[in-house]
Amino acid sequence: MKRPEHLPVGSSAAPHVTLAEEEQSMLEGEHGDAVQVAMRILTRVAPLYGANSLLPVTRAHIDGCIYEGDAGLAFAERLAAAGGRVRVPTSLNVISLDRQHWRELELEAGYASKAARLGQAYLTMGATPSFTCAPYQTAARPAFGEQIAWSESNAVAFANSVIGARTNRYGDYLDAACALAGRVPAAGLHLDGPRLATVHIRLQGIPPALMTDDTFYPVLGYLLGKLVEDEVLVVDGLDADPSEDQLKSLAAATSGSVAMFHIVGVTPEATTLDQALGGVAAERRIDVSLADLQRVRRELSTGEAGDAVGVVAFGSPHCSLAECRQIATLTAGRRAKPGVEVFLTTSRAVKELLRRGGDLAPLEAFGAKVTADTCIVVSPLVKSAGKVLMTNSAKYAHYGPGIVNHRAVFASTASCIDSAIAGRVILDNTAWR
Amino acid sequence: MTKCARVIVASPDVVEGVAVVTDEALSFWGGVDPATGCVIDEHHPLRGECLAGRVLLLPRGRGSCSASGVLLECIHQGTAPAAIITRSVDPVLGLGAILADEVYSQRMPLLVITPEEWQTIETGDSVTILPSGEVTRNPGG
Repeated sequence: MKRPEHLPVGSSAAPHVTLAEEEQSMLEGEHGDAVQVAMRILTRVAPLYGANSLLPVTRAHIDGCIYEGDAGLAFAERLAAAGGRVRVPTSLNVISLDRQHWRELELEAGYASKAARLGQAYLTMGATPSFTCAPYQTAARPAFGEQIAWSESNAVAFANSVIGARTNRYGDYLDAACALAGRVPAAGLHLDGPRLATVHIRLQGIPPALMTDDTFYPVLGYLLGKLVEDEVLVVDGLDADPSEDQLKSLAAATSGSVAMFHIVGVTPEATTLDQALGGVAAERRIDVSLADLQRVRRELSTGEAGDAVGVVAFGSPHCSLAECRQIATLTAGRRAKPGVEVFLTTSRAVKELLRRGGDLAPLEAFGAKVTADTCIVVSPLVKSAGKVLMTNSAKYAHYGPGIVNHRAVFASTASCIDSAIAGRVILDNTAWR
Repeated sequence: MTKCARVIVASPDVVEGVAVVTDEALSFWGGVDPATGCVIDEHHPLRGECLAGRVLLLPRGRGSCSASGVLLECIHQGTAPAAIITRSVDPVLGLGAILADEVYSQRMPLLVITPEEWQTIETGDSVTILPSGEVTRNPGG
């Protein structure tokens, strides 16, 4: 028998967090039990971000309102029952059901009840019923330089990169703790230095026409997410003027590996490459070619042209008004094949604008279910199985197969719609040749 | 950059388990089913493996902010690994383990060891973790 190998003991003394007077009194329970629990969690987690102090924020976004199980639900209800109230304007992420229409969507009553209770706990604590993974598309949108406590990976990447607000990626329930305390660890992307890029991505030989195509951005984002892990990167060589929706799809497709990126000439902290790098050379430089992007694009799909389509899904992150209207234009006067589920997932704010603008009825006439507050990966909306989930979202394509019982195909919005009508996967690879 | 070896959560009891090692970061959300503790991430090398009761070694967690909530559910439901050992500090995984400790007094060891130490443990090894955080490896047969 081999001799056991002893590994060195890890440091069991957590680095110390220095607290301001008010923070100390919060930790000691002088502001109530909920804040005390919040501060206990925050002070234990802050050193994991490399922080030895806290700093105040002016907004929070809570991701932890997706029902994952009873442990989280009991915790949130306990905080609410203890009188916990958020200290800053706090938006809420998608929940596990469409609160207005869950019965029509045939959710099992017990599940729906628990999902609703979780959202309610946060509402009781004073959060806004935004119920969207794209809070930057609502009144919750922060300003450049604003210190915020956001979670939901795509929102963090968007807020840091596209807006220039400042947040780390905060996990579920820490987000609630930050909202209750109005504090975050003073480290990471809240500070200037860590926001500088250390990885330089050079786009080489990408056809200009492809860089204006919507599918380019999720594919590029998916590739970037594979190239870096929690490093800040700068992309140079993008000869295009991407819309916010295109940048949104890029941020979302990084699938949680990237909390901040720069694009030279596009994002607010990257007027020049030198600004994004902070005047020093990058630690790593990676050249990205068309072949690299084509390979990653193929990896996003596990289904093929001609396969039977079970569900077509748009809206990860939640569709903006513009994206909904684009889909409405492409589906006008057409009809999805009966039996093909079509979901357009968005926020209640956008859905209401669609309704008022007269765009909702035509989408429903096509056969689309336009849902608010939720999406297909956090709520059991999809009934079909064993076929293909077709989507224009790299995030749905990546997470979908593990959640719904379908292979995924990533394609353009237009191809998704054509496929919904045919009931079979139709692909148009023109832009990618 | 090497990080210092660190104990994020320690158990008051000796914890033992068979190691399952992966070089690829794993997101608990969308990647692990709290009902079973099994890996459901189609893209991950460990897909289909059940982590419950085993000592999971992974470089770090990945992505989703909901990983902390899923890990909390796994610990609470008894489907979590016996312990998790990473080679860099992951604040979201750490949060999940800290929540289970703070909210429910359930302490699943979560440790960070150096990449060099990490390389010495292989799938199938028997691993023992003491309350002090000391990790012992008995090579698997």
